[in-house]
Amino acid sequence: MAVVISLALIFGGHKQKHLKKVHHLLTLVVYPLHIVANTPLVISNWAIATFSTNSRLQDENTRLKQDNLKLQAQQQKLIAIENENMRLRDLLESSLKVKDRVLIAELIAVDLDPYIHQILINKGSNSGAFEGQPVLDANAVMGQVTNVTPYTSTVLMITDARHSLPVQILRTGQRAIAVGTGDIKRLHIPHLPNNADIQTGDLLVTSGLGGRFPPGYPVATVTDIKRVEGKPFIDIQATPNARLDHAREVLLVWTVDTPIPKQPEQVSQP
Amino acid sequence: MSSEHKQGLFIILVTFLISLLITLIPLPDWARPFRPQWYTMVLIYWAMAHPERIGVGAGWLLGLIVDVMTESLPGQHALTLSLVAYTVVRLHTQIRVFPLWQQSVTVMILLFLEPLIATWAMGITHQPPPPPLYWFTPVIGMLLWPWIFIILRDVRRRFRTN
Repeated sequence: MAVVISLALIFGGHKQKHLKKVHHLLTLVVYPLHIVANTPLVISNWAIATFSTNSRLQDENTRLKQDNLKLQAQQQKLIAIENENMRLRDLLESSLKVKDRVLIAELIAVDLDPYIHQILINKGSNSGAFEGQPVLDANAVMGQVTNVTPYTSTVLMITDARHSLPVQILRTGQRAIAVGTGDIKRLHIPHLPNNADIQTGDLLVTSGLGGRFPPGYPVATVTDIKRVEGKPFIDIQATPNARLDHAREVLLVWTVDTPIPKQPEQVSQP
Repeated sequence: MSSEHKQGLFIILVTFLISLLITLIPLPDWARPFRPQWYTMVLIYWAMAHPERIGVGAGWLLGLIVDVMTESLPGQHALTLSLVAYTVVRLHTQIRVFPLWQQSVTVMILLFLEPLIATWAMGITHQPPPPPLYWFTPVIGMLLWPWIFIILRDVRRRFRTN
């Protein structure tokens, strides 16, 4: 009996809407467990913050000020470029909003299933998170939200074997798919023809195709290219730019305007 | 009788909660493959000590909670733990009277069910197979079993959970 129900859950569970509700309910039940498991970290963070010396704090403050100055300088340039971009796009009569809204979420330090690349964060549907939402860290794309509860969400990372992400090569604009390998430091780029223009060190950015991730965010750097004569596709490996296994804070992104429609409205006419 | 009965159930619940908590506590990366299957061992103990109370249903429920808690494939641990509970309830009269080392070996065999089914689940979700170290966890469980057994036996005698 239990075996039958379990098997039914395994094979059909992801399709049922009401089972999802049960799942959400159970997630609320285990929420206190997650919080309690996270407390040692919270306490140690608090202790570090409380007992760190004045000079150390001053050092950190100076460093942060310098960082801030640098970032502001870069931002100034970016604003000018953004305006110019908008003006040019206006001339081409294709408006595109490049601004995204972000929210910082913190990791809840619990160990989930060790062979699925996912993390738990402390923002849920009460903060506006939704399923399929892109998640970034300071450097690059990390993954997307797969399960939302009022207070937490689960993020599936781009390196999980079940995750694929539409990307393009920044240098050439060539589109490709970045597929997770199950190895936290490696992505695989399949189905690029043997004569494609790609080099090690090329930056892959999100292409925005698929409508889930906003275009233009960095994803990974190509590290390894194997061209085999007589084979139709190149074997390409890339390393994610995001610090997937060290992140403490992540950014949830709301795209203000999705430039590419999710589905073409009309099918080709005869 | 009834209040004692309730108290016993409460104690059993608490031990399960603790086992779930120590499953969640973050370990350094190198130690993660060696995380013992705490909740499975606690389930084995209670199914052996009180088969009339902790059986297949309890195992299934616990498995479901583990599934949700660790965000693994829904039903995966539910299947494993109900099978484990079934086997233990079926054989509890024998396992109970085994000497401790023999019990440990039996527990290890039961613990192997979990990675076995997990590997199968990875297979059907098209994940790459786990590293060989993955199969080492039940051995750790075997080495830990005597301690867990003694602790839980003391808990049982102290609070008279039957």
